[in-house]
Amino acid sequence: MQELLVISGKGGTGKTSIAAALAALAEDKVLADCDVDAADLHLLLRPEVESVNEFYGSHKAVIDAGRCTKCGRCMEVCRFGAITKAAPVAGEENSTYGSRGSIFQVDSLSCEGCGVCTLTCPAGAITMKPNLAGYWYISETPYGPLVHAQLGLAEDNSGKLVTKVRQEARRLAEENKARLIITDGPPGIGCPVISSLTGVTLALVVTEPTVAGWHDLERVVKLAGHFKVPVAVCINKYDLAPEKSREIEAYCYEQGLTIAGKIPFDADVARALVNAVPLTACSQGAAANAVKAMWDSLMVQMGRIGK
Amino acid sequence: MLVTVASGKGGTGKTTIVTNLALALAKKMPVQVLDCDVEEPNAHLFLHPVFQEEEEVTLPVPEVDNTKCNGCGKCSEVCAFHALAVAGGKVMTFPEMCHGCGGCAFACPQGAITEKPYRIGVVARGQAGRIDFAHGRIDVGVPLAPPVIRAVKRLARKEGLTLIDAPPGTSCPVVAAVKDSDFCLLVTEPTPFGLNDLKLAVGMVRELGIPFAVVINRSTLGDLRVERYCRQERIPVLLKIPFDKRYAATYARGKCLVEEYPDWVPAFVGLWQEIERLVSQRARAAGN
Repeated sequence: MQELLVISGKGGTGKTSIAAALAALAEDKVLADCDVDAADLHLLLRPEVESVNEFYGSHKAVIDAGRCTKCGRCMEVCRFGAITKAAPVAGEENSTYGSRGSIFQVDSLSCEGCGVCTLTCPAGAITMKPNLAGYWYISETPYGPLVHAQLGLAEDNSGKLVTKVRQEARRLAEENKARLIITDGPPGIGCPVISSLTGVTLALVVTEPTVAGWHDLERVVKLAGHFKVPVAVCINKYDLAPEKSREIEAYCYEQGLTIAGKIPFDADVARALVNAVPLTACSQGAAANAVKAMWDSLMVQMGRIGK
Repeated sequence: MLVTVASGKGGTGKTTIVTNLALALAKKMPVQVLDCDVEEPNAHLFLHPVFQEEEEVTLPVPEVDNTKCNGCGKCSEVCAFHALAVAGGKVMTFPEMCHGCGGCAFACPQGAITEKPYRIGVVARGQAGRIDFAHGRIDVGVPLAPPVIRAVKRLARKEGLTLIDAPPGTSCPVVAAVKDSDFCLLVTEPTPFGLNDLKLAVGMVRELGIPFAVVINRSTLGDLRVERYCRQERIPVLLKIPFDKRYAATYARGKCLVEEYPDWVPAFVGLWQEIERLVSQRARAAGN
């Protein structure tokens, strides 16, 4: 079984549109959306959700106000500024929260779940509680099964949820005897990207002919090199800045990177998006044809990598 | 004033808004730009700052003194991030997994663990004309962006306007960038992706309790669902920038709209005035 990951470094270069367009061309595959904090692939694939599953991220500290002696040790040792001292509610100074006139609270947005406060609290007033940080789904789409997820707002642990999505996609692919997993990846080069990237067969990096697109391409190519993942490059909307495209091509050539495809700017792409249909399922235009040609080239490259 | 420019979806034009707003205002008032998209910082490509200093950002990670360690495994037991493991009576450390909480050093009964700085990125600062500029960059292969974001934000000045370019998404790096802002601008595009991710971003800023408004970029390339949503939710739309191949070409070359099309300056000055108005309105409401 092979895994093709679509990433970009820079956001908004067209990862999801291209992943969906490839999904409509490929056979025998399972689809995965690893952009867990702003998942969009489902908008194009119209999934029917078959199972909804809870995702628990890191634990979060919870202070038992009844046992807390207000010593403030937790606030001293927390390196994430997650413990704050709040004024008591007027009129309740001497009730539940004791008599010293302040209460210690956990800012769960800042808590990284290290548990150092529980180790240091002399009163044993702090416990670590599991935190429901999002959901992951298995869905059926007209283009094959899809594993996707939604991280809760302002949550951490996106990398862990990405790992879960990938595990489930692999399990499904084995069950269905699918030969390929196509994954829509997150932007950037941080935690969720690293979790998406490790061990995939090929990373297709979608870039755009802009200074920012190029800059971010270089960083994500370095990241792939760091994890020894082969890379192919797609220059999207290449004809919006032909000169910048040529510079990027020259860079790819120097680096020994395969350019799998160059997709022209085509109003059909925005139209497909607004109608929520994969480009290759609704258009015979220039962009759709370029994606088809790119798919052939990717299959050749993946065939060479083998497995 | 601290104004963060964020978006759920990537590539909607955060950097475009930050750089043009900064250039349009720099003649009138002190402006600082902090690029907190530390995974893929781009604002410097448009503002061309001259960097004067660069500082490493480090995390305190464990170093085990093998002469004191007895292999009890307490450190790996307390580590929530799997940054230490005991094998064959010896401790192995994985600094790239470490969050720098200090739990292992605290828990070690032998006092065998000290903390040493481990580099995860840099903060570079300089000057772009009248604009005070800084950005962070995580090193390639480092997963943890928030400490670098916090290091950039520590440079925020009290006076004038500080503009923060946030990373895309709605998870912990974005929260690190948006937190404690006086105002947040959410940049979106009028597509189903733009709308879906805008809703997520709105949920995030509401959870943080920060006043916000929307900017619609490439406003002519899509449909009206984003505007309808903003109307329903009573979210002010402060600026719309139409799609124009000439603007796309300007951006592609690393130029700013207000440089090549000065007609746009009043629109960005107006955007700032609207932000000021909304922030003072909110301050008055809170005062009452």
